Amino acid sequence: MDARRESEPTPMKNRTTVERKSERELVVTRTFNGPARIVFEAWTRPELFKRWWVPKSMGMSLRSCEMDVRVGGKYRLEFEPDGMAFFGTYLEVTPHSRLAWTNEEGGEGGPVTTVTFEEKDGKTLLVMQELHPSKEALDAAGTGAADAMVETFAQLDELLATLGASVGRS
Amino acid sequence: MVQYSMTGFDDSFAALSDATRRGVLEQLGRADASITDLAEKFHMTLTGMKKHVGVLEQAGLVTTEKIGRVRTCKLGMRRLDEEAAWINRHRQRWDARFDELDKVVEELKRKEKVDGRKKRE
Repeated sequence: MDARRESEPTPMKNRTTVERKSERELVVTRTFNGPARIVFEAWTRPELFKRWWVPKSMGMSLRSCEMDVRVGGKYRLEFEPDGMAFFGTYLEVTPHSRLAWTNEEGGEGGPVTTVTFEEKDGKTLLVMQELHPSKEALDAAGTGAADAMVETFAQLDELLATLGASVGRS
Repeated sequence: MVQYSMTGFDDSFAALSDATRRGVLEQLGRADASITDLAEKFHMTLTGMKKHVGVLEQAGLVTTEKIGRVRTCKLGMRRLDEEAAWINRHRQRWDARFDELDKVVEELKRKEKVDGRKKRE
């Protein structure tokens, strides 16, 4: 039985849903094809976290990633090339089921992120909630420096592709 | 809570929850129309149609302009586009992250299996 299951092809990609639950609250959900303990590990071990938090399409990479995953412990992410930093404090750490942390790079009163991991039949439903201090703060989320940079890099990619194409033609 | 329903997303979604209002948007997508035109098309009283248009206007989905004695309605889709773009921007980012996380999860699962076998041996 087990052997047969192992040889099954990778199931279809799971859907990411994003919903603005209220003026101050963004909720993202996604199912992962693995037990909660594994998904939780990928969120709490820096060497694993580094591998997925900044996908290549973002045009950036992490210079460093420090995580002291316990209540009151700090985390700090630094980006390359300019050393832009994201940091905060863990508020809740319940192994394999719940994490919460502050986002303090924007000063006091930044958003609080809560992630829950719910395992069912070997799969994990992940629910991530970002609670912002005000409607305006959430409106502006995704338009900050890091995001502007993503767009800049995407534009640069496009420009390079265009230049490459025109060079190829000449 | 009342405040929430008066602004932003909830307003748009509430405005779109009614079949007549969706019909009005569809109609205005084809051509601008006066409230009288719309009332006739949807077999409604002028007062009833004014209410529907009012809800759409408040949600930023429709704009109206009074020229002489006729109030003309047209689409004001900008807000909805902005909201869709906002959601989409967040979705793209998380989707990209989670695709990578899938790979990490798969790898850890494989590793656990191998380690499990080793332990049994």
